[in-house]
Amino acid sequence: MTTTVQNVEGYLENFAEFAKRASGHNLPWLRKLREDAFARFCETGFPTTHDEDWRFTNIAAITRTEFSLLQGTASLPAKSDLKQWNLDSAAAQLVFVDGQFVSNLSSTDSVPPGVTISNLREAITKDSKAVEEHFGRYLNFHRDPFCALNTAFAEDGAFVRIGRGISLEKPIHLLFVATEREAATMTHPRNLLLVEREAEATFLEEYVSLGGGACLSNSATELVALENSTVSHYMIEREHTEAFNVSTLRIQQERSSNVASHSVLLGGGLVRNNVHPVLAGEGGECLINGLFVGNGRQHLDNYMYVEHASPHSSSRQFYNGILDGHAHGVFHGRIVVHKNAQKTDAKQTNRNLLLSDDAQIDTKPQLEIYADDVKCTHGATIGQIEENALFYLRSRGIDEILARRLLLSAFANECLERMHHGAARNYVERMIAAYLLHNAQFLAAQPSPDADQIERHLEEVG
Amino acid sequence: MSLLEIRNLHVSVDGHEILKGINLAVNAGEVHSIMGPNGSGKSTLAQVLSRRDMYRVTSGEIRFNGKDLLAMKPEEAAAEGVFMAFQYPVEIPGISNTYFLRSALNAIRKYRGEEEIDAMDFLPVFREKLKLLEMDERLMNRSVNEGFSGGEKKRNEILQMAILDPKLAILDETDSGLDIDALRIVAQGVNAMRSPDRAMLVVTHYQRLLNYIVPDFVHVLVDGRIMRSGGPQLALELEAKGYASMEAEARQTVPASA
Repeated sequence: MTTTVQNVEGYLENFAEFAKRASGHNLPWLRKLREDAFARFCETGFPTTHDEDWRFTNIAAITRTEFSLLQGTASLPAKSDLKQWNLDSAAAQLVFVDGQFVSNLSSTDSVPPGVTISNLREAITKDSKAVEEHFGRYLNFHRDPFCALNTAFAEDGAFVRIGRGISLEKPIHLLFVATEREAATMTHPRNLLLVEREAEATFLEEYVSLGGGACLSNSATELVALENSTVSHYMIEREHTEAFNVSTLRIQQERSSNVASHSVLLGGGLVRNNVHPVLAGEGGECLINGLFVGNGRQHLDNYMYVEHASPHSSSRQFYNGILDGHAHGVFHGRIVVHKNAQKTDAKQTNRNLLLSDDAQIDTKPQLEIYADDVKCTHGATIGQIEENALFYLRSRGIDEILARRLLLSAFANECLERMHHGAARNYVERMIAAYLLHNAQFLAAQPSPDADQIERHLEEVG
Repeated sequence: MSLLEIRNLHVSVDGHEILKGINLAVNAGEVHSIMGPNGSGKSTLAQVLSRRDMYRVTSGEIRFNGKDLLAMKPEEAAAEGVFMAFQYPVEIPGISNTYFLRSALNAIRKYRGEEEIDAMDFLPVFREKLKLLEMDERLMNRSVNEGFSGGEKKRNEILQMAILDPKLAILDETDSGLDIDALRIVAQGVNAMRSPDRAMLVVTHYQRLLNYIVPDFVHVLVDGRIMRSGGPQLALELEAKGYASMEAEARQTVPASA
């Protein structure tokens, strides 16, 4: 336990420094929120594998690293450095370098009227009323120490409001770039995305890195979908493998809103992807779709917490994992149906391919149902590349590497198929194709794990 | 020299000997039928020829077009001109038929040092073969064999054969499970491909298919050995008498120690 205590001391210093200079700390409500959140973090410390929600993910590597909070950006990357992450036909691209918004690397030229796109730091100083209305109302920092830490250090990130009835076809790209630093650094990006009644929007939240080095990105996004709105959110993680990435997407869905959350995890060393939708209004629909591909010693943990709080809402979870080398994947899918959420229709599917003997997946569905007229199903599969399919392709002249790549692409395509056609999907599709092409060598034939071994990691609760 | 020469082929699966010394020579332009009861080793022979690695060749050799077939990987055998129509075609979700066919054709063209064919040049060839097999083009945008009826799957095998244009076409129980209409269409597709440059090996349990695809030679495989060889009339004889007499004969020829 000493490590935790020492560590919290480090965060105390960081917080004291932060409180002196943080934007908006003069606003009583924000100051109180940050202080309460920090107090909560000090109270709980970091989670351990004794916590049920963290059973399969050991974050010792995070707790023992002394991260420091960055002040100012030492050297900014050139625009050309970021070209590789350019999303064609984006309505706007907000670029954050080491957690801080950089105006001259961002572009917001083609934002139509009725849409507000700015960064949180600016919004706090210029229009704190608009921020106060929603900020911190949905994300409960008592649930998760990382959320508490994020709220304590929340200062910058995206602030977007899509006005009533506006249908924004082009995606909004939020690009978070971690640069190489001598010391281990941490950032706590905080996004507030508001989609008003009958409006439509697509958000792409992407984490990348320039150069290596230990860094922690601990982000939180509050996505509010008001009545009858339609929203797609993409979470893309492709940092280098020394990076720690913890992200929480808290979705608030009002009546008849339709939200799709797509996660694509290709990079990062230790990744925790929390998706927490609350279907608060009647008739809401939520799609939670994800693909995680791990290799080497990557650890990719997907923690889904789907709350049905009103009648007639439906949720669909589909997560596909591909794991090779010593990679470890986790899928934790919890569905909570509150007492009055009758006629809930919730479905959850997690499919996994293990490509090596040492790759591991822990998949754990949990159903918590307090209503009596609901439909909830869940299922998980773990397998290897099917030998019959592989032979079939090879017998037609397709060589083994290409055949494996085709089969993996097909598996990944199941996730792509669930994304709406458009610029965001094209971007993700190209990214996955390039990733599989680049990693073709690691897809070589390997002995497959035996059935016993698979069974051991399959667990069911609830 | 024959296109395909099998000499004294012994094959085991999980320590059980399935093929016990097969000798067979097939020339270009000929259609040979391998008939036999269940478990005689017919499908094993077809799978070994298409280079499935779960079979262990304990002795013997196979020359294809003068080359050592047993040294080839499945994709190499395919590129050299061996094609097997599967008894149970595999469903592959997420890969469209058209994409699969073009990838296969281009892989083979690349192996032969030919230029890859683009989607525009591929389409007319593709449409012509579809017509021959009375297949709906819409089926081709769907995933490989996914949701296909039994007949559609078998026709899809012949479609692949027609597009890949092999030197040796092996039909592994292509007739099993087909109704008479589907059988007629499949046979029509196969017969259209008979040519002096191509050999065919028709593996079947039933004589029915041979009414539509008339072979030049018939071989009867029983318990891992070819018991008899003859012309098309041998198939008719088998239809009348059944495999029983030949199975009895096979038992007599087994050495006492076996």
